[in-house]
Amino acid sequence: MKTAPRSRSSARAARGEVKVITGNYAVAYAAKLSRVQVVSAYPITPQTSIVEKLSEMCGSGELAAEFIKVESEHSAMSCLVGASLTGARAFTATSSHGLAYMHEVLHWAAGQRLPIVLVNVNRALGPGWNIWTDQTDSLSQRDTGWAQLYCESNQEALDTVIQAFRIAESVLVPVMVVLDAFSLSHTSEGVEIPPQDAVDRFLPPYRPAVRVDTANPRFFGGLVMPEHYMEHRWLLEENSRRILDVAAEADRDYGRAFGRSYGLVERYRAAGAELLLMATGTVASTAKEVIDAWRRRGRRVGLVRPRLFRPFPIEEMRSACRLARRLAVIDRNNSFGSGGIFATETRAALYGLPSGSRPEVLSYVAGLGGRDITPDVIDRILSAAWAGRAEPRGTWVDLKK
Amino acid sequence: MSKQKRTAPRARAAAPAAPAEQAERMPSGAVMERRLAETEYFTPGSVACPGCGGALAMRHFLRAMGPETVVVIPACCWAIIAGQFPYAALTVPTVNCLFAAASAVASGIGAGLRVRGDRGARVMVWVGDGGTYDIGLQSLSGALERNEDMLYVCYDNEAYMNTGIQRSSATPPGAWTTTTPGGKDMAKKNIMEIITAHRVPYAATVSLAFPEDLREKVKKARDIGGARFIHVLAPCPPGWKCQSSETVKLSRLAVDTKLDPLYEVENGLRWRITVEPRNLPVEDFLSRQGRFSNLDANDVRRIQAEVDRNWAVLRRQAEVNPL
Repeated sequence: MKTAPRSRSSARAARGEVKVITGNYAVAYAAKLSRVQVVSAYPITPQTSIVEKLSEMCGSGELAAEFIKVESEHSAMSCLVGASLTGARAFTATSSHGLAYMHEVLHWAAGQRLPIVLVNVNRALGPGWNIWTDQTDSLSQRDTGWAQLYCESNQEALDTVIQAFRIAESVLVPVMVVLDAFSLSHTSEGVEIPPQDAVDRFLPPYRPAVRVDTANPRFFGGLVMPEHYMEHRWLLEENSRRILDVAAEADRDYGRAFGRSYGLVERYRAAGAELLLMATGTVASTAKEVIDAWRRRGRRVGLVRPRLFRPFPIEEMRSACRLARRLAVIDRNNSFGSGGIFATETRAALYGLPSGSRPEVLSYVAGLGGRDITPDVIDRILSAAWAGRAEPRGTWVDLKK
Repeated sequence: MSKQKRTAPRARAAAPAAPAEQAERMPSGAVMERRLAETEYFTPGSVACPGCGGALAMRHFLRAMGPETVVVIPACCWAIIAGQFPYAALTVPTVNCLFAAASAVASGIGAGLRVRGDRGARVMVWVGDGGTYDIGLQSLSGALERNEDMLYVCYDNEAYMNTGIQRSSATPPGAWTTTTPGGKDMAKKNIMEIITAHRVPYAATVSLAFPEDLREKVKKARDIGGARFIHVLAPCPPGWKCQSSETVKLSRLAVDTKLDPLYEVENGLRWRITVEPRNLPVEDFLSRQGRFSNLDANDVRRIQAEVDRNWAVLRRQAEVNPL
C-alpha cells in the first residue's frame, strides 16, 4: 500500500514493535490497546477474524473484557448500548448486511449519546450474495448520527480505532471506522503496534458523568414530546459538529505521541493541480501511483482523500479543492438514481464557494462488489475527467455492455 | 370476594410457599395491604389506563425486587407509562430500548455492571407479549441460551395494546382485535414451553389475584443467578373490553378456569403447580369481556377442550417431574 501518513518525526514519539498482520488483526490489536471492556459481535465475512482474534485474546486473559457472543448483529449493537449505558468501553465489528441489520440500533446508540466504536469492513449488499468490498453498506448509515472514518492502510486502521475512542468519548457520539474488504481486512502488511503505556496516556479510562447506577437512579431513553425532541436532537447535532475539531486534535495529539497522523482530508500532490482525483480507502493508494505517472508526464494532477465522512469536513474540502479546475470523484458505492455518494456530498460542500472559484465535480462509479479498480481503470477515469467527459448522474466505469 | 376452600389437589407434589394463607385463599384487603406494604418504587401519577394490569404488576414486582434493580423496558405500553421527559414514574434506574432488543440490552447492562465491579444491582427486563412472543423472541432465546443474569418479566395483555389492539401470537383463540375482526383463528403460543426448553434456572407464572404467590416467586427469582423468566397475565380494560374495576377479578377467573395456571419450573425440568384452580368453566372468564362477545357455544366448547388439554399436559408434568 502506498500510504503517506504525515509523519512528524518527534524524538518523544513512542515506537512499538512492527508486526506483519492483516487489517482485521490490526483492528483487534487496536481494540485491545484501547482496553475495551465489553465486546459483542456476530460473525460475518469479511469481518469475522476481528472478533475471532478478540475472542482469543479474551479467552487467554490477554484482554480483560466481557465478550457476549450474541445471536444477531441487532443484538450485538443492543448489548453494547446496554454496556455503554453502564459506563463500560464498548466495541464491535461487522460488515454489510450485519451493519444493515443493526440500523435502528445505530440510531439508538447515537441518540443516547453512547461512545461505542464499531469497525465496519466494507462489503457489498445483496442480492446476489457478494462478500467483496463496496462502500454502500457504511454510506447508507449516513444519517444515523455516527461519525465515520475511512482508512487506507492497516496501520491507519489500527491508529484510527484508538483515535476513534478518544473522539467518541470526548463528544459522546459513536464512531464507525471503515476499511475495505480483503485488500485491507485480509491482506498482511507491516503494522507498528504502539506500546500500551503510551496508548493509556493518549486514551484515559472512560468515566461518564451519567450512567446506569442504582445509587443514582436515572431514566434513559424515555418518551419525549415535540416540545423537547428537537432540543435533544440539537445536542447531538451540536456535538457532531464539534467532531471536526476534536478529530483533528486527536489526530495531531496522536501524531505527537506516536509519530503518525493523517489529517481529516489527506492531500497528495494536490498543490497546483488542475485536475484533482478524490478517492477513499485503498483506491486512494492505487490512485497515488497513477497520479505519480501523470505527474511524470507533466500533467498537473493530484489527489484528495477525505478520512472523515460524517461530519463531512466541508471547510477542509473547500480549501483542498478550490484552486482545481475539475474534481473527479471515484465512488465505490452508489445511491440509485442519484450517483456516487461522495460525489454528491462533495458537490454540496463545494457549492458554497463563489462561482468561478470552485471546481467542476465529475462523478465516476467504479469497483462495485469488489471489482478491481486497477491503475488502468483510474488512468481512464483521469483521461475522461481531463477531457471533461462524465455523465451528470455519474459515469459507471469498466461496465460490461 | 368469596373465601371458598379449594379442593385438595389430587397429586400435589409440594405445598405452596405459604400454605396457611393459600388455604384461606383471599385475605381481606386490609390484611393483604399490611402484608405487602413496603417501599413503593412506582410513583403516583403515571399515564397508565384505569385498571391497567401491567401497571399493577410493576408495583408488585418492584416491591419484591427492591431498590437495587435496573429496569429495562422496550417498546410496549410501559414505554409510555414509565414517564414522559423530564419525568419518570419509577424510582429505580430505567432503561428504555428498542422493541426487539430488551434481552440484548439487559445482557449488555449485566456485562457492563460486572466489568465496572457493581455486583449488587439486578437487571429486570419488563416486556409486553408482543416484545416477548413475537419481535423480541430471538434476542430472548439468545439471552436464555447464554443464561444471562436477568429476571425477564412478560406482562401479557394478549395483544398489541399500545398501538391500539392488534393481535399478537399471545392473543387467545376467538379473541377480537382490530386485526382479527372475526376473532383469532389460531391458538395462543405456549411461551412457557419455549422458555423451559432452554432449561433456564427458573421460570414461573404469577397472577395479580395472588399477590403473595407472586411475591414469593419474584423474591425467589430475584436471588437466583442466571436467566429467570416470569409470566404475568395483565388484563387490559380497553383491549379486553372489560370493566376497569375487574382487573383482579379477571386475573382470578383466568387462574380458576385453568386458562392461566400458576406454577414454577426449575432448570426446565422440575415442575410445581403452586395454586390449585377451582376448575370453573372458561365461560366465566370469557363472558365478562367484550373481545369474546362474538363466540358461540361451539367456540366456547372448543376453547374449553383446549384448556383442559393444556391443563392435563401441565398436570402430568408436575406429577412426573415434580419440584
